[in-house]
Amino acid sequence: MARIIAGVTSSHVPAIGAAIDNHRTGEPYWQRVFEGFERSKEWIAKAKPDVVIGVYNDHASAFSVEIIPTFALGTAAEFPIADEGWGPRPVPAVKGHPELAAHIAQSVILDEFDLTLCNKMEVDHGLTVPLNLMFGTPKEWPCPVIPLAVNVVQYPPPTGNRCYMLGKAIRRAVESYPEDLKVVIFGTGGMSHQISGQRAGLINSKFDHAFLDNLTKNPKKLTRLSHLELMREAGAEGVEMVMWLIMRGALDDKVDEVYRFYTVPASNTAVGHIILANRVKSSKKSAGKKAPAKLKRAAARQKIQRIRS
Amino acid sequence: MAAKKIAEKDYDDIPGTYVFDADRSRQGYHLNMFCMSLMKAENRKAFKADEAKYLDQFPLTPDQREAILKRQYNRMLELGGNIYFTAKLGATDGHPFQHLAAVMTGSTQQDYADLMLRGGRNVEGNRSRSGKYAKAGSSIVKESKPKSSKGKQRRG
Repeated sequence: MARIIAGVTSSHVPAIGAAIDNHRTGEPYWQRVFEGFERSKEWIAKAKPDVVIGVYNDHASAFSVEIIPTFALGTAAEFPIADEGWGPRPVPAVKGHPELAAHIAQSVILDEFDLTLCNKMEVDHGLTVPLNLMFGTPKEWPCPVIPLAVNVVQYPPPTGNRCYMLGKAIRRAVESYPEDLKVVIFGTGGMSHQISGQRAGLINSKFDHAFLDNLTKNPKKLTRLSHLELMREAGAEGVEMVMWLIMRGALDDKVDEVYRFYTVPASNTAVGHIILANRVKSSKKSAGKKAPAKLKRAAARQKIQRIRS
Repeated sequence: MAAKKIAEKDYDDIPGTYVFDADRSRQGYHLNMFCMSLMKAENRKAFKADEAKYLDQFPLTPDQREAILKRQYNRMLELGGNIYFTAKLGATDGHPFQHLAAVMTGSTQQDYADLMLRGGRNVEGNRSRSGKYAKAGSSIVKESKPKSSKGKQRRG
């Protein structure tokens, strides 16, 4: 049986991609950002997912204003890198997992989420920047990635609650796939930022920290945030944090927070990143007692390793 | 009931913000499709060679056309442009995004970059055009009240 072992959220600021592509990651400005992902790279190298489900939004690359699908799942074997105006990013093409994607499509649609399916789709920085942040700059991405593009460009995006429920449906889909696969789901975008109009540059760190806290402990509270509140508090483009709730919905209600990182700014955006791991069912007894925070983190890491073996 | 909600466009109360809804998407369709065309290298070249001639291919309104030629980025948003599309115009000009942000906020690129380094634009004072939601705050942020006791005690 396939199962989701953990969820990762990360901003997908295009300037992060540009810093990587132009070899500027060593500059102090960018070091601050990339250092925050060092432990995450170690974590995912140990977790070794067989498949990543990448929840992201397209930025007028694969989808223009001609067709605006709310949820578009990539069912292709390969997703070429889009030219976003500077030429395509020099990163490997994203290889999909068409069999699992087809299974998710069938399961989720019969579960009453009406996805758009894409057998041909280019992917942009929304997906590739988080892959870089977690996997570095390998010649080939270490595992197949199933892209799930969410419309957050044209108002209204799906509600946070709808996203959370879709996450749950994706989990049911994954868990009904017969092959033994370890799946990590990425939710990308955010955190607070506004890149349009006279209010551009808005950052709300208080809101971001509260969002991260609730994402771990009380995600249902976040599903009740209205788009208006999200846009007012976290910026017009900050509304894309609804995508994080797809990731969260796909995990257990109670999760271990393995790691968290937050910094301001990366270009125009607050960078937020969190790793949440499902608890391993069989080790419930031993994990019953309350452990200090530090030990908890270590335990969470160990659990991930245990899943491997 | 839902229709009433849409008609109200409650988000128009957010200052300095042009929420790209279905109305703006329709209004700015050709403007955005022009920007979309700049994803191809040969189109970028043709546009740079003769901007006015290149724009003739798109049924833009005179206002939209003027905003594009003059690189008036807020005006483009007002006329139905979307930032993810208009950013392609900026990229074609070879500008980093912060140049566009500086233009939209009436600032210099350096001042805008400094603003971001200082932690960005504060939400206080930037919540509401009408003032009605100026103090709305957020349902998930606990405002720090005078510290009389530990905040978490309420739960226990």
